[in-house]
Amino acid sequence: MSTESHMRRVTAINNGTVIDHIPAGCAITVLKMLGIDGRRSTPITLAMNVPSKKMGGKDVVKIEDREITQSELDRVALVAPEASVSIIRAYSVAEKLVVNLGLEITGVARCCFSNCATWGDREPLPHRLKVHSIEPLELRCHYCGRSQDMEAIIDNLL
Amino acid sequence: MASLITMDDLTNEEIIEVLDNAERLLPVARGETHLPLLEGKILGNLFFEPSTRTRMSFETAMKRLGGEVVNLGDVKTSSVVKGETLFDMIQMVDGYTDIIAMRHPRQGAAQYASDSARVPILNGGDGAGHHPTQTMLDLFTIRQAHGTLEGLNVALVGDLRFGRTVHSLSHALVRFGCTLTFVSPESLSMPDEIISDLKKHGADITETENLRSVIPSADVIYMTRIQKERFPDEDEYARVAGIFKLCAADLSPAKGGMIVMHPLPRVNEISPDVDNTKHARYFEQAFNGVVARMSLLCRLLNVEVPAIISSNGGEN
Repeated sequence: MSTESHMRRVTAINNGTVIDHIPAGCAITVLKMLGIDGRRSTPITLAMNVPSKKMGGKDVVKIEDREITQSELDRVALVAPEASVSIIRAYSVAEKLVVNLGLEITGVARCCFSNCATWGDREPLPHRLKVHSIEPLELRCHYCGRSQDMEAIIDNLL
Repeated sequence: MASLITMDDLTNEEIIEVLDNAERLLPVARGETHLPLLEGKILGNLFFEPSTRTRMSFETAMKRLGGEVVNLGDVKTSSVVKGETLFDMIQMVDGYTDIIAMRHPRQGAAQYASDSARVPILNGGDGAGHHPTQTMLDLFTIRQAHGTLEGLNVALVGDLRFGRTVHSLSHALVRFGCTLTFVSPESLSMPDEIISDLKKHGADITETENLRSVIPSADVIYMTRIQKERFPDEDEYARVAGIFKLCAADLSPAKGGMIVMHPLPRVNEISPDVDNTKHARYFEQAFNGVVARMSLLCRLLNVEVPAIISSNGGEN
């Protein structure tokens, strides 16, 4: 499928945020990670499983009238470490943001290991996942040191 | 102030220094010499799950050095049953003590406590995580027997999946160039992330289910108990319970200097007839918990152990 037909499928937005190069099938998870509830949000356009030269297949999310911040974007790194993000103003790209995985992801997801000291709702210290390796992505809990199941971690988003 | 949560908190040089200090503290640990290095200091013993050797040896270590100990006591009669968080508990004990030794059934609890506390935390075992103070006494025992920690063949046997002692010990041994053989049923094999970490340190690791095959080449055979309390159900435990048993006759092909160790308590992994062989070292190992923990208490409380300790008490 050509890029042209891809562009026809996903319409341009006036103001807001475009998140491109999300791994195919992960767009809804990305929205969840950004805390966007489709029932109470500004208009959102999703394109899923779009052919991509770079990724084979990818998802694209367009969020109208909302500019996501760098710290919000960094949450997305858990599922879309190669996402490219454009802030759109008056139909033009006003800013480009890069996902930064950093060394640690704090307060985004709880450790997926049920015997971890952080398990439970009342302990006050933040959930901290350290980036052990980037390729392949491996996160370990700062407290218990356990390697995280990346599929389970989506279910443990805070 | 620094805590000891995993063996990564100590460099190899620091490990050797702790062991050297422990060596010098032996007469104090035996009660032959009075050396109140920790007079005026208070240790908080927080054991949220059963412990005999670790709790008692921490207490003995502190008292031999002139310090005091306050104990959490039975968890069932503490504020834990009222729903107190670990964070709040640590905040409170932190105010009462100068250092905390802690055991907790949840993995990561020691790190969590360290992040919550102002005083140093000594991890006395966190779930199936780490047990670095046990490792220090294990290393002390190994060095006592072999004169070195470098380049030994060490077989770790039994529950390697849930066994926190072998997790910490294997991390340390690899850093001293030891060759490790992991002997366990598949269901209790060493966790992948630990093997991956050990291999990053250049570890030479063999995995087997055959205990007999490792006896002739081993310098150390480190037996562990299959821990019933870590199994989700009884059937799963029954499938592997008693799978490894070492008796005196099994040791005939062993090297003369090979030692058999066990963090204790044992169930039936080591037959009592091994106790009287030249290889048995587990009771000395348990005693060494006192000197190793004395040395660690001094280190974390920034108290220097004298270079020479006189036999009639005090320092020269």
